[in-house]
Amino acid sequence: MESDYSVNDFCVEKLPDCGDWNFESLEQYKQQIARVANFYGLDTYPNQIEMITSEQMMDAYASVGMPIGYNHWSFGKQFITTQQNYKRGRMGLAYEIVINSNPCITYLMEENTLTMQALVMAHASYGHNSFFKGNYLFRTWTEADSIIDYLLFAKNYIHKCEQLHGIEEVETTLDACHALMNHGVDRYKRPQKLSLARELEQQQERERFLQSQVDHLWQKLDQQNESHADKGKKSAIFPTSPQENLLYFIEKNAPLLAPWQREIVRIVRKIGQYFYPQKQTQVMNEGWACFWHYTIINHLYDEGLLTDKFMLEFLEHHTNVINQPAFNSPQYSGINPYALGFNMFADIRRICEHPSEEDKQWFPELAGSNWLDAVKAAMQNYKDESFIGQYLSPQLMREFKFFKLTDDAKESQIEVSAIHNEKGYQKIRSALAKQYDLSHQQANIQIIKADIEGDRSLTLEYIPYNNIGMADNTNEVLKHLHYLWRFDVNLIEYDENNDAKVIGRCPELTLEAKDDK
Amino acid sequence: MSVFIDKRLNAKNKSMVNRQRFVRRYKSQIKHSLEESITRRSVTDHHSDEDVTIPHKDLSEPVFKHGEGGIKERILPGNEQFVEGDKIDRPKAQQGQGNSGASKDGTGEDDFIFSISADEYLNLLFDDLALPNLQRSQIDKLFDYKTVRAGYCSDGAIANVDIVKSLQGSIARRLAMTSSKRKELKHCEQQLIEFEQTEPLPVAEIKQLKQQIEMLQDKISSVPFIDSFDLRYRNFDQQAVPSSKAVMFCVMDVSGSMVQATKDIAKRFYILLYLFLTRNYKTIDVVFIIHHTQAKEVDEQDFFYSKETGGTIISSALTLLYKIIKQRYNSNDWNIYVAQASDGDNWQDDIAKCSELLSKKILPIIRYYSYIEITSDIHKSLWTEYQKLAEQYPHFCLRRIEEVADIYPVFRDLFKKTAHENVAWR
Repeated sequence: MESDYSVNDFCVEKLPDCGDWNFESLEQYKQQIARVANFYGLDTYPNQIEMITSEQMMDAYASVGMPIGYNHWSFGKQFITTQQNYKRGRMGLAYEIVINSNPCITYLMEENTLTMQALVMAHASYGHNSFFKGNYLFRTWTEADSIIDYLLFAKNYIHKCEQLHGIEEVETTLDACHALMNHGVDRYKRPQKLSLARELEQQQERERFLQSQVDHLWQKLDQQNESHADKGKKSAIFPTSPQENLLYFIEKNAPLLAPWQREIVRIVRKIGQYFYPQKQTQVMNEGWACFWHYTIINHLYDEGLLTDKFMLEFLEHHTNVINQPAFNSPQYSGINPYALGFNMFADIRRICEHPSEEDKQWFPELAGSNWLDAVKAAMQNYKDESFIGQYLSPQLMREFKFFKLTDDAKESQIEVSAIHNEKGYQKIRSALAKQYDLSHQQANIQIIKADIEGDRSLTLEYIPYNNIGMADNTNEVLKHLHYLWRFDVNLIEYDENNDAKVIGRCPELTLEAKDDK
Repeated sequence: MSVFIDKRLNAKNKSMVNRQRFVRRYKSQIKHSLEESITRRSVTDHHSDEDVTIPHKDLSEPVFKHGEGGIKERILPGNEQFVEGDKIDRPKAQQGQGNSGASKDGTGEDDFIFSISADEYLNLLFDDLALPNLQRSQIDKLFDYKTVRAGYCSDGAIANVDIVKSLQGSIARRLAMTSSKRKELKHCEQQLIEFEQTEPLPVAEIKQLKQQIEMLQDKISSVPFIDSFDLRYRNFDQQAVPSSKAVMFCVMDVSGSMVQATKDIAKRFYILLYLFLTRNYKTIDVVFIIHHTQAKEVDEQDFFYSKETGGTIISSALTLLYKIIKQRYNSNDWNIYVAQASDGDNWQDDIAKCSELLSKKILPIIRYYSYIEITSDIHKSLWTEYQKLAEQYPHFCLRRIEEVADIYPVFRDLFKKTAHENVAWR
């Protein structure tokens, strides 16, 4: 089928396939890969490919993929864990790390063989890179042009705060922010663009403005007390609608935070926001990158540029990466996003090129259409949840032998509620899609009331999904929230009779208080 | 467009700051882990890394998340035997709920283990003791004498004659002794040539000149080629060098009254002393002597962990100590240090004997004797007796340690004193 796309008969000299890599041979590969990527119309940021050692790779791991990170003990913990596991041979390091930035930075490990380097360049520098540039979530939530600048600003700002206010104070603030990092995104609102110049310019102004706004909010107390009777109950509810972006609410409304602490809250919120698309597109992102390294390398092979030796090594790595162990295998550790993603993109191409009767029924608009347009449209406009919901085909469900378990805490046994058959396809597809829905994975918690006229306590509501309760550590998180808010924090849940039930609070009730109740 | 950048030579330890932050934050837990490790570690081992264990729950970074209960649905791959409607027993040890791999919820998880370097280990171990620069406090050392070359002299054994130096002297002497004569000779020869060129030949002057030249040449050649005055001998000197050998005797009471906690305190003291000695000496032997009513030499394991019962006779240990010194550690070659730890109990009649052994035999031949009493009781008679000794002998020191934190001040105290007195002696 590759023959449809211009086999280059003139190019008979094969690319080098043995020995260690050097920059010359990498350059040759890169040019060929770039040519093929261009042929398929992959739109990418310019590439900046950096060769690093394994130690540097561990450093990169520790800062959760940020090329520049502020200092915090949790990164140290991450580093120690990685180092320890790596030293003891419990884990290998990734072959590459790719940063969503413009230019797109790819770190390649110097230990990789030449074949690996070629694979990794196709995978990261063209696959991931085009995904970052094309996918709607990344386009909406991240600014590839300015992220490096912003991270630099954040690092310097936090360093400055440490000097001014002491490491411990800053650390505690960061701890608190990290605990709430997952709740720092407005899921349905377009975020503001980041830019270093403006960030610096606005930061001081914002500091003053924010504080004045907070003061203003709390100053209302006196006035409101006076006119309380006139205004009635209506004014008592603040915020007027529930807030899901906890960090944003804290940044804007926490009564006693110092201006620099508000800025730190903002920094953590912005960085959380930068990673927000990655969490929701893991299957697609990896799948897309695998699909393209596979397609590009095969294209080069069909053109006669690659030796069989190269291909065998390539295929071995590729097969390992997209391997999906069965649920009862000792190697099983969840669904492999590389396997699912790669197979789904390959499946879209199959449906376009060679649709079966079943495919025509399930995907009438895909069957027979241009596969390149189809995969690109999928890449651009979907996230994991919707991608699976839209494109997971019955054939793939059969190949993966998916089945669905329903674990109801009230029942004594787990039920197999669907398998890969006619009756189960839809159920499996929607359940798997939900499995990748961030709003189902993360606890749904919203701020419903800040008692600005009374004791200044903050009330949050947990809205359960499928009756699943909160984990035991909830009060630990509330302690962090309490640190930022500085007044009582309560977490409530409405039960089936619509009665509010307190499921967590900070400070926790003392024994006497409990007795009183 | 794309570029390659080689970053392999860039700075590595980018995470070092974060790692230090981590160690700082978890200092108390790490120290707790070290408390346990000290019982495992050898007194002489300060080179190896140390594994630190921290309970996982202490390290958690909590976030809001779902817990137990409710209805959970998940999709698994690789179905082989199930059909819709099958019921499966809930697995006993429940694996991660849902697909999110929520395995971090602290329950039943392994402890967090990582290793710290030897330096970090020592810093943490003696953290509240503020380990000083031990190099500075010089303790009095034993001197070995070493023969070193020390220039040349004009007197000595014939075997030490330095030929080059002697011949240099000979040349110089000959040059010096003949220079006026050679000048004269040169002058005469010049004159002779002039006379020979004048017409008519002044025969008489020529003859006289020739005689004079002959005489001068005789004089020059009669200067001896070598004279006893020329001889130079290699000179040697005796230089004092500090001996690089030390032996450290650890003497400890293992009678029933010494509990493990007391021994652990003593162990730290020994570690500290050992460290101190490593800064000063190249080779260090450590001899462990335990005693109750009888003393014996043991290995480290037995030293710290053997449990004996019975009374206490300290003199038994001192006798053995003296015997070992006499047999194996000649006090001219070895710097001998003794560290004795005890809870202060001793058999009353034995005290006088101890005092005598120490003052007559042991103290004169050793560098330093430190006695630490690890107890919070009132002083016993042994202490009183030892105090008398301390007044007489400046290198006998005794201190009392009540808890771990006391070790370092006591240690510093012990060694500062000696350093000070060394200065006074010189």
